[in-house]
Amino acid sequence: MASTSLFGRALRRSPWVFHLGTSGCNNCDIEIADCLTPRFDVERFGVRLVGSPRHADVLLISGPVSIACRKPLQEAWLEMPRPRAALMVGVCACSMGGYRDAYSVAGPADKVIREVDPDARFVYVPGCPPKPETIIAGLIKLLGEL
Amino acid sequence: MSDPSSRHVVQIGPFHPLLEEPVGFSLTVEGERVVAIDARMDYIHKGLERLAQERTYDMVPILLERICGICSVTHSVCFCNAVEDLLGVEIPPRAAYIRTIIGELERLHSHLLWVGLAGHFIGYNTVFMWAWKYREPVCDAFEMLTGHRQNSALPLVGGVRRDLPVEYFPVVRKTLDELEGQTERLTAAVLDDPVLAARLKGVGVLSAEAALDYGVVGPTARASGLATDVRRDEPYAAYAELDWKVVTQDGGDVFSKAVVRLLEILESIRILRQCLDRLPAGAINLGTLHVPRGEGIGRYEAPRGEDIHYVRSNGTNMPERLKVRAPSYVNIPSFRSSCLGAPMADVMITLAACDPCYSCTERSLVLRDAAGARLLATPGLIEASRQKTFELARALGHAPDLELDPA
Repeated sequence: MASTSLFGRALRRSPWVFHLGTSGCNNCDIEIADCLTPRFDVERFGVRLVGSPRHADVLLISGPVSIACRKPLQEAWLEMPRPRAALMVGVCACSMGGYRDAYSVAGPADKVIREVDPDARFVYVPGCPPKPETIIAGLIKLLGEL
Repeated sequence: MSDPSSRHVVQIGPFHPLLEEPVGFSLTVEGERVVAIDARMDYIHKGLERLAQERTYDMVPILLERICGICSVTHSVCFCNAVEDLLGVEIPPRAAYIRTIIGELERLHSHLLWVGLAGHFIGYNTVFMWAWKYREPVCDAFEMLTGHRQNSALPLVGGVRRDLPVEYFPVVRKTLDELEGQTERLTAAVLDDPVLAARLKGVGVLSAEAALDYGVVGPTARASGLATDVRRDEPYAAYAELDWKVVTQDGGDVFSKAVVRLLEILESIRILRQCLDRLPAGAINLGTLHVPRGEGIGRYEAPRGEDIHYVRSNGTNMPERLKVRAPSYVNIPSFRSSCLGAPMADVMITLAACDPCYSCTERSLVLRDAAGARLLATPGLIEASRQKTFELARALGHAPDLELDPA
């Protein structure tokens, strides 16, 4: 039964995600881990956290991208198989939030990734940090876009 | 065994599946044994101290909550302690109790988070899921009281920004009652579990002498038998009026650190109950304060240990200098003692045992010119720092006869 609804497609796929904290404050990273634990349990949607970007369909990015993290982020992105997409978790990943004036950030993650892949697709989940429910909603939206 | 030709360097990070944050460790191993460890920690440097110097005293605590996602109350209250030290003011009793309540709720969810992650690091995901399931109601309680799961935006120089909604106190009490039973069960399960005993007992031992040498703080020190706790040694907020005790263990291994944290959860629940019962009436802040020239130091017992903030004011509405010394900054070097000689398989849990928080710690940034050469390496940075301290001391009129040692 090939469902064409967003939710149906989201359930049919089993997206594997790789979590990459670029230089955030930890809070979004913890909320991402929270999504995996019993109350929110995104594994029921087939979402699995994997240990390498080479295994991942979706990159979860949290935090502004510091100068030191710029290259590792671009390398991780290029290692991912296609089709690939990134979920920007938190306002720092979306737009750098309070760190936009800081001297040590290289830019928001979408700009850094588009330097090496102009066609990259993103879904933005704002919040400081976004609640786990919001992250799940963003993930479902992203799966519809894939 | 000590044949140098069998040495290999193993890189962990910067993006490692077991690490939440980017950090690079390079382990030199001989066979399975670790003989040297080095860390590269500049991936998360965000320049927060600089940002704080461009914000007013009202805005800084909100910014400092973003130093670390878990210690958000820690850093903002610690900054307030520092500015209040500069001002020489006492905050109203109700504000002191509110700060204690949010601080202890933060300790609860931080310790539960660590217990879960420790289980995850040794591949025992049952403990991970249990602990994080028990953590959720604490985050709910925090949200009920402050409006947010972690970042409360409550601390303010001279008190707190908003009052707590007392109508939610019965729900919070019920959460604490349930958590107490769950923590007691979890503690009993951890103490009796042969798997955990085999993986954690005698692993990553930090002796009391080594703990003193490295100057470790918080649960890392208390698990090595050192009874240090800022809440008792230099009480801030309402701790001096409450009945609680400092938890210590003598083992120094990862197991002792787990036990210290589990028992501290029970102590925090006791503190919270007393605060909820005794919350005094009255003002919650001192209103608008003018910060004069001067300097102040704030101390705070974070879930990971002693946090220190140094604030220098030039009489304007923004701090002239803010310096943050986060607890992980002194705990991380102790890996040199606890990891050496350990097999590779035990290193991850040993690295996690002091609950390192890299986003609190990473304060270095190496500047390179266009050709990639380092403009300032460590000796240069130390020299520049000494020069700056000397100039500041002169400008403030401290030690007028001080001479900068040319070495």
